[in-house]
Amino acid sequence: MQVLKEDRVPIHAANDIVVVRHTARTWAAELGFSLVDQTKLVTAASELARNTLDYGGGGEMRIEAVLNGARRGLRLTFEDRGPGISNIDMALTDGYTTGGGLGLGLGGAKRLSNEFEIVSRVGEGTRITIARWK
Amino acid sequence: MHDRLAMTLQDDLTERISQTGAKGVLIDISSLEMVDSFIGRMLGNIAAMSRVMDAETVVVGMQPAVAITLVELGLSLHGVRTALNVEKGMELLRTTISAYDRSGIDAGS
Repeated sequence: MQVLKEDRVPIHAANDIVVVRHTARTWAAELGFSLVDQTKLVTAASELARNTLDYGGGGEMRIEAVLNGARRGLRLTFEDRGPGISNIDMALTDGYTTGGGLGLGLGGAKRLSNEFEIVSRVGEGTRITIARWK
Repeated sequence: MHDRLAMTLQDDLTERISQTGAKGVLIDISSLEMVDSFIGRMLGNIAAMSRVMDAETVVVGMQPAVAITLVELGLSLHGVRTALNVEKGMELLRTTISAYDRSGIDAGS
């Protein structure tokens, strides 16, 4: 897979989530994603950025425009050095939350993406990668 | 929508309902390019808060792409009434409120 370009957005305050959304929207539009696909990617990004902030204690999003054969896509990686997730299956279950949210963020972001990968170590942090292909 | 703006809206709205005795709340989200679970939760909270203050809430103007995404995300907006546009939303509020008035039941019950 070839990376065409990449950028990083720090996530340390609520306002950074707005920057994450704006960046994802701009890049998805540039790649020619349909409005529905743009909206799905931006919504997934918003959920994951909020998790990075609320549960991971902050971190960053790496955004990459990628080329896989003839397919273009966007890959977003959210990384934090927070407490980590002890039970990933549980965290992916709709309605399960350790905070005050609706518990839809992780499962929802997974459904809104074509690819989803989560790596988490308790005490070290969490890295979630999603991709959406055009 | 900014997170803090969303929180401010909750506070302002309940304050205004209390001041004016408003029976209906219409929220136009046609300018929102996405609704994530945070905004969805806020809309549900506003509807619930308004209800216990004897006011009905209708959310109008959701963009088609937002609606598609919302359902896939898994948000059903339980307890939030919706209408296609402001006109239809006002109509829904009027009939809902007058139905409560006729039956002599408080909108909050």
